[in-house]
Amino acid sequence: MADNTHLAQENVPTVVVDGVDIVYRVNGTGAGRGSATAALNRMMRRKQVEKAAGVRTVHAVKNVSFVAYRGEAIGLIGTNGSGKSTLLKAVAGLLPVENGRIYTDGQPSLLGVNAALMNDLTGERNVYLGGLAMGMSREQVKERYQEIVDFSGINEKGDFITLPMRTYSSGMAARLRFSIAAAKDHDVLLIDEALATGDRSFQKRSEERIRELRKHAGTVFLVSHSNKSIRDTCDRVLWLERGELRMDGPTEEVLEAYEAFTGSPDKAKPQPAKVALPS
Amino acid sequence: MSQVLHTPPPTTVTAPAEDDLSALAARHGLTVSGARPSLREYIRQLWARRHFISAFSTAKLTAQYSQAKLGQVWQVMNPLLNAAVYFFIFGVLLGTKKGVPDYIPFLVTGVFIWTFTQSSIMAGTRAISGNLGLVRALHFPRAALPISFCLQQFQQLLFSMAALVVILLCFGVPVSASWLLAVPVLVLQFTFNAGVSMIMARAGAKTPDIAQLMPFVLRTWMYVSGVMWSIDHLAKGHSDWPSWLLPALQANPAAVYIDLMRFALIDSFHAGQLPPHVWLIATGWALLAGVGGFIYFWKAEETYGRG
Repeated sequence: MADNTHLAQENVPTVVVDGVDIVYRVNGTGAGRGSATAALNRMMRRKQVEKAAGVRTVHAVKNVSFVAYRGEAIGLIGTNGSGKSTLLKAVAGLLPVENGRIYTDGQPSLLGVNAALMNDLTGERNVYLGGLAMGMSREQVKERYQEIVDFSGINEKGDFITLPMRTYSSGMAARLRFSIAAAKDHDVLLIDEALATGDRSFQKRSEERIRELRKHAGTVFLVSHSNKSIRDTCDRVLWLERGELRMDGPTEEVLEAYEAFTGSPDKAKPQPAKVALPS
Repeated sequence: MSQVLHTPPPTTVTAPAEDDLSALAARHGLTVSGARPSLREYIRQLWARRHFISAFSTAKLTAQYSQAKLGQVWQVMNPLLNAAVYFFIFGVLLGTKKGVPDYIPFLVTGVFIWTFTQSSIMAGTRAISGNLGLVRALHFPRAALPISFCLQQFQQLLFSMAALVVILLCFGVPVSASWLLAVPVLVLQFTFNAGVSMIMARAGAKTPDIAQLMPFVLRTWMYVSGVMWSIDHLAKGHSDWPSWLLPALQANPAAVYIDLMRFALIDSFHAGQLPPHVWLIATGWALLAGVGGFIYFWKAEETYGRG
């Protein structure tokens, strides 16, 4: 449930997003993409507008501004391709912004190490590699190693941690990835749909862990398509649609509007009393 | 959906003045996300990630042959087979060995040292553009990537050097104290490779097409660097070469490192075959590429990760 401890504290901003635009540039798209003659043709006309050179721009986030405060858990919702993940990456400082500025307190980190892991290596080596990639020291990883393996439950069905990750089932691999990623405490934590992995018992454990991480983290952002997990973890929700910030407010209010927009079937259920409203 | 339109966040007691978010950020000491750190800070961050750099390169090296039946044996087999191919073509078919004493050790040393530079630069070119997923998911100084790839090639070279020692002994090259010179040569060559890799990594991040072009550039470079033949011998047979050509060929960094390594390992390769001030040239190239490449790479740090 959403806790409201932040009301007792003064409002300290941890993330300030000031009129941000994010634009992707994709090479080699224009008309006749793929054929060599078309590519040559594009090169000949290089001096013309970017469009002619086969570069397409995708305006993923448009003029978004908001302020996040310490102790808040903020959900990001929106239909597929509405710019949620892109915005998170920009907050983490991993994607350059086109216009505007993003100010942060300390270094926000994205929860996820998938890209650093290698399928050909054993689970054991991947725990070390992932930990180091997130900026933990060798000693810290060694200290947490057993904890990570136990949490993932990889060894419940035999000694799997010493096998290459490519031999894991997709659920097992996802569990190990989450366990590695969740092993570190963060100031500002950004979670991109990490909750929906693994079987029921693992989901429960990971929800628990997320709540724990929240306690240590100053601010948590959660991107999810599961309205339930947003309700369970967040007290404020940002709704992005086509890259624009459509709504920003308390969880119930925004989710109601969002469910009406998407025609979600669970809007028919009885309205919960709005006890969770913070102010 | 009447309330759907930029509802002001009721959670905030005092709504922030929309026009002055940057002042709010400044008041609470927030910093711009993803800004480039100072050079000093950057070096510190890089040093803090040294364990990641080494773990990443070792992991890449191990993963390379993990599906093969012979496994890590390929680390040594690969360079040996490579040398065998070059020996067959240049030693047997083309007869380049004419007049070069200890031709096989000469050739194999050249091939291994050249391969180190070649594959480091190739890997460097793809270091950012080929690892966008990593760059877009995690925080670390991006220079860790090209350096890590060079380290992987360096570890690969150490396997090759072990094979080389066996070859040298088989062909009766005596063990001597000068073999110790191999260590400073490798350190200088590694610095040079890492520097060029960082330059190419930045170029490759901006224009991925460079990765397609590089094999041709590198092949040309290989043929002028005296990997399969002795530049010195070739010059003697061409007295009509303009006077600047021989010093230019000899001062080329790849040739410098290859010939220094031959000088260190092979007793019949004498100092007279090296250009004057060879150590100075070797150090100069390493410093120029290493320091220059690092600064050049750091200058664009905040832009890596854009598609």
